[in-house]
Amino acid sequence: MTFNKNSMLMALMLSFSLMLFSHNSQAAIDTFEFDNAQQEKTFHELTKLLRCPKCQNNNIADSNAELAKDLRNKTYELVTQGQTKEQVIDYMVARFGNFVRYDPPVTPITIFLWLGPALFIIFGLLVLFRQIKKQPTKATVLDTEEQEKLQKLLKQHVKDTK
Amino acid sequence: MLNKRRVLTLLVPFIIFIIGAVLLATPLLKGSDPSKLDSALVGQTVPAFTLQDIYDENKQYDASIFKGQKMLLNVWATWCPTCYAEHTYLNKLAKQGLYIVGMNYKDNRKKAIRWLNDLNDPYQISLFDQNGMLGMDLGVYGAPETFLIDSKGIIQYRHVGDLNEKVWNDKLLAIYEGME
Repeated sequence: MTFNKNSMLMALMLSFSLMLFSHNSQAAIDTFEFDNAQQEKTFHELTKLLRCPKCQNNNIADSNAELAKDLRNKTYELVTQGQTKEQVIDYMVARFGNFVRYDPPVTPITIFLWLGPALFIIFGLLVLFRQIKKQPTKATVLDTEEQEKLQKLLKQHVKDTK
Repeated sequence: MLNKRRVLTLLVPFIIFIIGAVLLATPLLKGSDPSKLDSALVGQTVPAFTLQDIYDENKQYDASIFKGQKMLLNVWATWCPTCYAEHTYLNKLAKQGLYIVGMNYKDNRKKAIRWLNDLNDPYQISLFDQNGMLGMDLGVYGAPETFLIDSKGIIQYRHVGDLNEKVWNDKLLAIYEGME
């Protein structure tokens, strides 16, 4: 076998960078095994979307709370049973309320979140439009006296610059 | 006249600001705790379950125990310091004749029994929910939690956190009295 320094270094660097990239960004290290890639994808989407009721501003993927662990396990259980994303969300909402969703549904109470910004923009445009309309258009035509004055000034200017 | 209208128009943003400030300040000043969530199960019956009695493995209970009279369901555990703090008050309520069902949540059976022997047992029935199965179905997200359940087995209210004289008199008593 022939080793040289360079190839050794390359191998080291490669393994090091692999270590970096394979690092799991999830705070909690659980070992879940899935039947297929689709289930795994659904699971990861769900744990990012579901909010931990105990820790307030973490999703259940990021939280180390005991409850978040329970919810991850439950999500895993339901996903591997073949339940869809919507079914799992419904399951959680039925128990923990809409608080558990980071993606709130449109209800009479939350509708303002969607309509609010649009109404605000429309209101702003209306105000702007009215202001523009109100402004009197100034006459730009000069009468003879002003015309003479202008000519005089221009002549004066031409003389001065010569 | 025109000037007056102009002043009013200019006041609009200020008024909007005041309304917003009041809306935001009210919950702050009232001291409402955002970590206390309303239960999603209010208005529904207690979910179906089968759990063992804490003292006796061979004794099992299901959701039918919640029917027939109004009662409290207290979720507790020995790992929960606040549960220790509220235990004395639960004993007091039990002495007053309130029907309280206890649910020991994700705990150790031996420790739980010792706790009840040492601190007195305020519960008419003690459920042992080791895996937190009923806890999950009830949307329990911490201990202690106390549910008010009417005689039809319908959950009317959930209190999160310490149950004490103030909480009971200020809030829960009225709901309890109002239940069938």
